[in-house]
Amino acid sequence: MTVSRGFRGRRQVDADPARVPPGQYVTRGFPVLSAGPTPSARLPEWTFTIRGQIDQPVSWTWDELRALPSETVTVDIHCVTKWSKLDTSWTGVSLDTLLDGVQTSAEYVYVFCDGGYTTNLPLEDITGGKAWIAYEYEGAPLEPEHGGPARLLVPHLYFWKSAKWVRGIELRNDDEPGFWERYGYHNYGDPWKEQRYAGD
Amino acid sequence: MDALDGNAIAGTLVEAFGSEMTTAVATCATCGASRYLAEYVVYLGGPGVVVRCRDCQAVAMVLVEVAGRICVDAMGLFAIHRDSP
Amino acid sequence: MVDLVAETPRVRSIVLDPLDWSGHQSGQHVDVRLTAEDGYQAQRSYSIASEPEDQQLTLTVERLDDGEVSPYLVDELRIGDQVELRGPIGGYFVWDSAMEGPIQLVAGGSGVVPLRSMVRHHEAIGSTTPIRLLYSARSLPDLIYRDEIMRLAARDGIDVSVTLTREQPEGWHGYGRRIDQSLLDDVSWSPSDRPLVYICGPNGFVEAAASSLVALGHQADRIRTERFGPSGS
Repeated sequence: MTVSRGFRGRRQVDADPARVPPGQYVTRGFPVLSAGPTPSARLPEWTFTIRGQIDQPVSWTWDELRALPSETVTVDIHCVTKWSKLDTSWTGVSLDTLLDGVQTSAEYVYVFCDGGYTTNLPLEDITGGKAWIAYEYEGAPLEPEHGGPARLLVPHLYFWKSAKWVRGIELRNDDEPGFWERYGYHNYGDPWKEQRYAGD
Repeated sequence: MDALDGNAIAGTLVEAFGSEMTTAVATCATCGASRYLAEYVVYLGGPGVVVRCRDCQAVAMVLVEVAGRICVDAMGLFAIHRDSP
Repeated sequence: MVDLVAETPRVRSIVLDPLDWSGHQSGQHVDVRLTAEDGYQAQRSYSIASEPEDQQLTLTVERLDDGEVSPYLVDELRIGDQVELRGPIGGYFVWDSAMEGPIQLVAGGSGVVPLRSMVRHHEAIGSTTPIRLLYSARSLPDLIYRDEIMRLAARDGIDVSVTLTREQPEGWHGYGRRIDQSLLDDVSWSPSDRPLVYICGPNGFVEAAASSLVALGHQADRIRTERFGPSGS
């Protein structure tokens, strides 16, 4: 192995180490990583749906979602490919708002998206102020390549759980692995415990 | 955004399969199209490499590197064979 | 690493004296791996620009704005530095003299790199297979290997067409637009010549060229494609 004189890569090296989970590097950029082509959404037809272990599925159109109370949050995000980005600003609707009034015995959610991407999480990991349906990034509408019109944002877990092009969640009693979880990634994905792969 | 092709993972395929694979002919399990692996659509840089059929976009193969080893899931392919063109 | 050549403001050729190198076929590439002092690594693929007959190995790299590896290779690398690479890699996008037919090369931007290897190999072995090259670049300053391309254009047995898509100098006699079916119809071999076609460049460029050629009547199985682009992480 040859050390490349003077090579550092895109990393930012002056970040507070307490904010950087093990094995991660901080970046200033925002890499576009994808499992497939960027879907193009037609907003008049766009809906976000909660279905599954619930009396009646509930759905919001784009206008209805935008009319809900929203929050702007600044969070650090951590991708399993080892880059972290600190102090990113997002605007969206908290899952607590969307789940308000929903009665369910479900313990898990299965997230589904345009383009077929899926991921799974425990229900308690998207409630209590831990998750949003985000439609703005850094004060501007979320671009399609970064998951626009809306993506799930769950910053306390590796960023593959923050599903791009989200269209809804299915409440389930069983935990069904999503796309990357089926291909060997960790079912939960806590960056602070470095839970990258199944078995970590 | 930028979809590449099988040429972009030629080195990774050698690691995974032990030989040059871009000239192997792969048949999509979803639509039946047969093409060189070089011509499949490749999405790089995420948690793994996603290889999709150029004709129907279905996931053909997923390659994930775990603990220094490349794991290949080729369930989206009906067959891969080394063919002389 | 023995020599550095600035090809354009954003593109540099890196000439290497490879250790344990078994040779390559024109069109193949290498994977370059960079390791920082703390062990951090990044890897990218680069097409080999030199012909197999050359004892030295040349890579031509374009600096991508938000690149991880290319800014280092284009801006930082100094003569005497070592570069770790593996290869040669690739068996699909290669040309050697055993392959039949006139050759049609279609290059978009830095897609010209593997095609340059093919052209130099063709010259080195004294091949009589006729070649046509269509090279698309944004402007004259962005034309990689400009002097070499001009020299080629004057050679018998190879036809060179250039299109500058954004800016053309005064008195420019070449094409001045993105490639389309009509431009390809003008400059490339006709389907009845059954050319072996190699198209290399960004995804959109390759798609446009390939579909235009098929629409003109070329057989898809005589068309080889290689798409370049940023690798994401």
